[in-house]
Amino acid sequence: MKRVIISDTTLRDGNHAVDHKMTLEQIEKYCCEVDDVGVDIVEVGHGNGLGASSLLVGLGAEHDKDMLRIARKNLKKTKLGIHFIPGFGRIRDLTIAFDEGVDIFRIASHCTEVNVIERYINVVKNEGRIAYGVLMMSHSLNKNELIKNCKLIESYGADAVVIMDSAGYYLRENVKERITCLVDAIDIPVGFHGHNNLGMAIINSIEAIKSGATIIDASIKGFGAGAGNTQLEVLIQVLNRLNISNSVSIKKLFNLVKTSESFIKTYPNIQPGNIMSGNHGLFSGFCKHVEKQSKLLDVDEYDIYKALSERKVVAGQEDIIIEVANELSRGGLN
Amino acid sequence: MKHDDKKCSVAIIGTGNIGIDLLYKVRRSSEMYVKYFVGRNKDSKGISIAKKLGVKTSFDGISFLVENNDYDIVFDATSASDHVIHAPIFRKLDKKVVDLTPSNIGNKSVPSIKINTKEALWNANMITCGGQASLPIIDAIVKSGVMPDYVEIVTSIASDSAGIATRRNIDEYINTTESAVKSFFGIEKVKVILNLNPAEPKVNMQTTIYCRISNADINVIASNIDKKVDYIQSYVPGYKLALKPIYIDSILTTSVMVSGSGDYLPEYAGNLDIITCGAVEVAKKMIKGEV
Repeated sequence: MKRVIISDTTLRDGNHAVDHKMTLEQIEKYCCEVDDVGVDIVEVGHGNGLGASSLLVGLGAEHDKDMLRIARKNLKKTKLGIHFIPGFGRIRDLTIAFDEGVDIFRIASHCTEVNVIERYINVVKNEGRIAYGVLMMSHSLNKNELIKNCKLIESYGADAVVIMDSAGYYLRENVKERITCLVDAIDIPVGFHGHNNLGMAIINSIEAIKSGATIIDASIKGFGAGAGNTQLEVLIQVLNRLNISNSVSIKKLFNLVKTSESFIKTYPNIQPGNIMSGNHGLFSGFCKHVEKQSKLLDVDEYDIYKALSERKVVAGQEDIIIEVANELSRGGLN
Repeated sequence: MKHDDKKCSVAIIGTGNIGIDLLYKVRRSSEMYVKYFVGRNKDSKGISIAKKLGVKTSFDGISFLVENNDYDIVFDATSASDHVIHAPIFRKLDKKVVDLTPSNIGNKSVPSIKINTKEALWNANMITCGGQASLPIIDAIVKSGVMPDYVEIVTSIASDSAGIATRRNIDEYINTTESAVKSFFGIEKVKVILNLNPAEPKVNMQTTIYCRISNADINVIASNIDKKVDYIQSYVPGYKLALKPIYIDSILTTSVMVSGSGDYLPEYAGNLDIITCGAVEVAKKMIKGEV
C-alpha cells in the first residue's frame, strides 16, 4: 500500500471550533513543534479559507497574511497549505498566499459547482504551485456525478482531488464505493476529509485508504468544525497497527497533543446538534451559528436544523440560519 | 407594426437570455417600444422570437445600429468586452445607453437611488444583481442619518441561474459590487460574498446585508427600509423583505429575497430579473429626463 500523505487541518478547520479566533502566538507555537512530527502538510487560516473573515461566517482574529507568514517562518520540512473558496476569496488573496510562500493550494467549491474553481486552479498552476481540487459536501452527489466532477478537476490541471465529508454524513460503505470508483476513474491522487458527526471519521478515513485514497486530512484531538475532524493521533496509531506507511513520529505527535492543550482545551464531542446536522447532511460549520441563534431566540436547535434541511442551504449561507431562527421564534414555519 | 408616436424607440443589442427578457419587458412598457433587436448569430433563439413578435431584427451587430441610427435608447446585453467597443460608438451617435454587461464603463445606476451627476446620464451601468438588491437598502439605512463603517453583502443564487460567464467572473462580480458601495456611500470597508445553491426546487435569489453601526434607531431604519422595499416593488415585483432588520451588538442585519417576473427567464432567476427590471426603469428615467 502506498504511503499516506497526512494533511493536518488543526490550524484551519480547527479555527471553526474557536469562532476563527486562533492567534498568531498559537499558530507559531504549533508550527514550530509540528515541523518535527512528520506530518506532510499543515493547513493554516480562517476556517472557511482565504478571504473568508466576515460577519457571515465569523471575523478572524488575525489577517490571512500574518497567519501565513508566521506559519511559514516556522515550517522547514512540513509543507504549508491553504483552503480557498471562490465567492469568499479572490485572486488577490491567492497572490498574498503566493507572496507568503504557501506550497499547497486547496481550491474548494460545493461539490456540484466544480467549474467555478477552474480559473483559480489555473492561477495557482501558472504560479508553479501545487493545486488540489476540493469538493465540499461530497455526499450530496451520487457516485457517477462525483466521478464526472473529479474528472473535470483533473482536466483543469489539478495535482490531486480531495472529497470532503463536510457534514459528517458518510457511512463506511459510502466512502468505499466513492473512493474505489474515483481512484479507478482518475490518474491524480485522491484524498478524503472526514467529519465525526456520526462517529465515523476514523473508520471512514481507514476505509478511504483501503479503497485507494493517498491523502488524508486529520487534526489534533479532531479539532475542527462541528463534531470535529478525523482525530490525527488515533488515525496514526491505527495506521501503524495496520502497517500502513506514513511519515509521522507517533511519540512526537503525542507530545504535540500535550503542548497544544494550551489552546485546544477540549476534545470536540458529538453533541445532538452535530448528529442532526450530520444526518441532515448540513455543513458542520453551521454548528456554532445554530447554537448562537438557538440561545438568542430560545428556539430549539432541532427545529432550526430541520428548517435548514428543508431550505437545502449550503456552506456560505449562514445568513439563512438567522432568517430561519427569527421565523421560528415568531411561530412561523409551522 | 404601428406604434404610438409618443413612445420612445429602443434598440436591444445582444440576443441571449437577457436580451430576450428585455424584449418582453420593453414591450409591456407604455413609454417605449422595441424598434431593433440585434445580434451576431442568425440562428439565435432570440432573433426568431423577436421576428415572431414583429420586431425588426439583424445579425450584423453594432454595424447595423450605426447604419440605422433612428432609435432613442439602446440596451447593451452583449458582454463586457463587446461593450468596451460599443460604448464610444454609441456616444458618438448621441445615443443613451443602458449597459447590462459588467463592463463597469458607465455611471453605476440603481433606479431607486438618486444620483447627482452634473451632466446628463449617457451610459448607465447596471452594476450587479447583488448591487441592485443591496444598494437601495444601504441607501435607506444611510438616509436614516447613520453611516455604517463596515458593510457586508451576502448573495445566494440558484446554480442554474449562473451561466458560464458568471461563473468565470466571480472575482469581477465581487469587485464591482464592492466598488459600487464605496462610490455610492463612501464606505471604505466592504465585503461581498457570493454563493451558488444547487437545490431543487430552485432557490430564489437572496441577499443579506450586514451593517456595523453605532447607536442606530432601529425603528426609523426599519420604516425607511419598508418604504424603499415598496418603491422597489414598483419596478421589481418579486422583491421582498425576507428578514426584517435586527440590531444586535452594533450589527444591523436584514435580508431580501427576489423572485423573477418570469417574462422570459425562469421565476427563480430573480438575480437576472432585478437587472432587466432595473434597466427598463433606468431607461424610463432617461426618457423623462430624470437622470
